[in-house]
Amino acid sequence: MNLTVNGKPASIAEENPLSVAQLLEVLKVAQREYVTVELNGEILDRGDFAASTVKDGDTVEFLYFMGGGSR
Amino acid sequence: MKLSEEQITRYSRHILLKEVGGKGQKKLLNGRVLIIGAGGLGSPIALYLAAAGVGTIGIADADQVDLSNLQRQVIHFTSDIGTSKVLSAREKMLAINPDISVIAHETWVSADNIAALVADYDFVIDGTDNFAAKFLINDACVLAGKPYSHGGILQFDGQTMTVLPGASACYRCIFPEPPPKDAIPSCSQAGVIGVLPGVIGTLQATEAIKFLLGAGDLLAGRLLTYSALRMRFREIPIKKNANCPICGEHPTITTLRDELDAVTVCDLGH
Repeated sequence: MNLTVNGKPASIAEENPLSVAQLLEVLKVAQREYVTVELNGEILDRGDFAASTVKDGDTVEFLYFMGGGSR
Repeated sequence: MKLSEEQITRYSRHILLKEVGGKGQKKLLNGRVLIIGAGGLGSPIALYLAAAGVGTIGIADADQVDLSNLQRQVIHFTSDIGTSKVLSAREKMLAINPDISVIAHETWVSADNIAALVADYDFVIDGTDNFAAKFLINDACVLAGKPYSHGGILQFDGQTMTVLPGASACYRCIFPEPPPKDAIPSCSQAGVIGVLPGVIGTLQATEAIKFLLGAGDLLAGRLLTYSALRMRFREIPIKKNANCPICGEHPTITTLRDELDAVTVCDLGH
């Protein structure tokens, strides 16, 4: 299926429907336990990763914690 | 208030802009901005807001200048090593522009003091380096209805978003809870390219100035990410999250608390 991931087209071998939890594995997303996932413009609850599915044409953003600044 | 001859000359390049003018410059001079953190992000923020003539600038930090800061914290000089960061910053800001007031808050922000600090200002800027402070600043600003700018940097990447409480997504809309301590590396552990806070901090200062002027479009409801290595900016639309624990439909956070589990996230290597 074809997705837009972090603004770029991404083709994955898996067919729909694929759970968000599975997508994190397939794409080898960094910081899997802490990353925030936005699916088609909506922020997903972490508890919904297994139940939410992605399908062909979806837009996915992975949002990461970024701490530094002061010291 | 009438601008003096000296002010008209000092701020002439602002006054020429139709979005600023004499009227806008007076808004800046009457403006009050709180910068939390006098480090990498705080340095360009403080220098530019001082130069711009933001009339009252608070700067809060309890740290002292360290030799390892000077690669990026451009408001501090080699001769400042060992001195208070907020006093070092105030000296430079007033040297650039004696026309403004700089209030040095020599303290770490905590659940006990942040509400009173934030209350005195029109706009708040997060220039801190740890998640305990970032979540606390978000919570204090959301509960007080105070607009603020979030900023974060790590290695070659940065992100920033402006939060207009109630009207736009807040930090907890994206990240409901802080990461467990030591889960995410800090700059002191993982490094940061020295110019990075210059880029993100300058964007944050721009938002404060636009907010005071009431000009243009703020970076609200949009997370701006920057990759210095790829030299790419991206904008990710962020909607308000109905399940946000502080600004959602059923908030579970109604009073300020320190995120104790996250407090030590940046203590290592410091």
